[in-house]
Amino acid sequence: MGRFIVRRLAGMVPFIILVSITVFMLIKLTPGDFVSNYAAALAAAGETVDDAMLASMRSRYGLDQPWLVQYWDWISGVAVGDFGYSFQWQQPVSGLIGERMGLTLILSVSTLLFTWSVALPIGVYSAVRRYSIGDYLFTFIGFVGLAVPGFLLALVLMYVGVSVFHADVGGLFSSAYADAPWSWARCVDLAQHLWIPIIILGTSGAASLIRIMRANLLDQLHQPYVDTARAKGLSEFTLLVRYPIRVALNPFVSTLGWVLPNLVSGAVIISVVLNLPTAGPLLLQALLGQDQYLAGAFLLLLCSLTVIGTLLSDILLALLDPRIRFQ
Amino acid sequence: MMAGGLATASQAKLTWLRFRRHRMAMVGLGIVLLMYLVALFAEPVAPFNPDKSNARLVFHPPQMVQFFDGWAFSPHVLAYRLARDPVTLQPRYVADGSRKVRLRFFVAGDPYKLWGLFDGTIHLIGPENAGDTVFILGADRQGRDVLSRMIHGARASLSIGLVGVSISLVLGITLGGLSGFFGGRVDWGVQRVIEFIISLPTIPIWLALAAILPKEWSPMAIYFTITLIISLVGWTELARVVRGRFLALRGDSFVTAAWLDGCSQGRIIFRHMLPSLTSHIIAAVTLAIPNMILAETALSFLGLGLKPPAISWGALLREAQNVQSIAAAPWLLLPGAAVALTVLALNFLGDGLRDAADPYAH
Repeated sequence: MGRFIVRRLAGMVPFIILVSITVFMLIKLTPGDFVSNYAAALAAAGETVDDAMLASMRSRYGLDQPWLVQYWDWISGVAVGDFGYSFQWQQPVSGLIGERMGLTLILSVSTLLFTWSVALPIGVYSAVRRYSIGDYLFTFIGFVGLAVPGFLLALVLMYVGVSVFHADVGGLFSSAYADAPWSWARCVDLAQHLWIPIIILGTSGAASLIRIMRANLLDQLHQPYVDTARAKGLSEFTLLVRYPIRVALNPFVSTLGWVLPNLVSGAVIISVVLNLPTAGPLLLQALLGQDQYLAGAFLLLLCSLTVIGTLLSDILLALLDPRIRFQ
Repeated sequence: MMAGGLATASQAKLTWLRFRRHRMAMVGLGIVLLMYLVALFAEPVAPFNPDKSNARLVFHPPQMVQFFDGWAFSPHVLAYRLARDPVTLQPRYVADGSRKVRLRFFVAGDPYKLWGLFDGTIHLIGPENAGDTVFILGADRQGRDVLSRMIHGARASLSIGLVGVSISLVLGITLGGLSGFFGGRVDWGVQRVIEFIISLPTIPIWLALAAILPKEWSPMAIYFTITLIISLVGWTELARVVRGRFLALRGDSFVTAAWLDGCSQGRIIFRHMLPSLTSHIIAAVTLAIPNMILAETALSFLGLGLKPPAISWGALLREAQNVQSIAAAPWLLLPGAAVALTVLALNFLGDGLRDAADPYAH
């Protein structure tokens, strides 16, 4: 098992390097740079733009170097935890992204837990009581959950919040705790706000997992070993939990690899709508303003998050299924 | 059908027979066809010109269509007038029971140019007097008809799904086919590329790609680039389906027979293997379209996809981006309902096609 994990970790390294190059190239492909954007903003405000000043800005930020040199400067800093400098915010990137990435992680992981804890029992129920009213109901909800984009769900919930409860459902903290240092009370406040984005974000994932779980379990329920266990007098519940569910869990875990990228993706857009203090809104702003190191740091960390998710799912899968370990 | 008929029925016929049994898929097919028809004939179907604004009819609420006047069939809506709330003094629309706006089918209204080619003034439905306004689904913040804008938005939103899927299909069949047919190193390389793309969180990557587009580009150029961007990320699923089927077929006896007959590689791929994949590919394509539609909606909603004056469902939803406008005019969320309905219908259709793709399976 130890060797398996080491091998997988080693496999991640070229992957992350490839991701970082892709991310940096994406950002550098944008025509113009932060300084030209800044100059355009100055010109729009009616101020005179001094070419010498722009040139000095470019050389100060290293924007006049070839992109490979810029990439090397950036990535060698990232390796030691220095993500560069945000031009828009005039402060180091690491200070800006710390809490936001942390909240993104909290949101994604708690959504994942929510998705599983909802999808697993419902999937099992739907399979065991196939074609019952409950099964049809959950299938229908599942289809709708897949069809409604997350941000639309967010908009609808915002409308319901305003018109029925006269409350703004956006944000992750009450105004009293928005800029407060971390404390127990702030955590409680976060938990009180977090459930709305969790439900919005988790719905489509839960919907597809329910379908996967139902199909997997249905494949197992009519296997001869189930009949054998039943014939030997095992109670229906023990039988279910001990054999078919364990087998059906296998593909369930392997979906973690793509559920996490989807969650991270969805979190970006939902955060913009609900105005959450996570990575999404700042990333959008940084991309539009060509704040290259801030955007790069977010993109790199979001991609790494999904890579780590894939790794975790592989390890879980290897724990669950010895055949994978010894391949 | 008699047993003899079933035994000699063509593959297409068997598929259709199986598909017809899937009731939800039939409903999905109907809805999808209707949607695409409406998008195709957006100009005559929409009651008004989608860009016609009216500063005095800002956020006009939806008017309920009443089909009967007394006992006579005469579709009409009650006209609204602007009144002040006696307490808050806010302007508010109230139904004016005394004035009815009658609706007619195939009525003359705003002039348009169908597909930019044919001049016309006839609209499927509209007010009897061309000067009247009817807002079946309300008006937006510039007093434009939401229904007409949704109908015109369907054109961009639905066609992006088709165009994007075609690009994905070419990429997916070529790379997936190469991967599955040759196996070995080619397969290894293509599989690593696919794994890499799948593990990237799509929306941040789309955002980064869309932010690259120069802001001064024409709406048409933006449209095609956005489609390209969406399909660059979306082809992987199709490639996986095609590869899997190619791998499975490679060992089949009819392919071996073709080899032994001395067929060229191209002939084996295009004449022998691809035709037996068609139904699977059609099903995979149908299931890929909704993802494309959702992607366009999300990008345009964030302001990185199609921008006004271009109309798409995502661009329309941008109007409903903050709490204030949703609270003032909840009907601005309706383009989202159109997205959900289309995606739902396409999912059912795709599921039915997937089940029907293999008529011999049980």
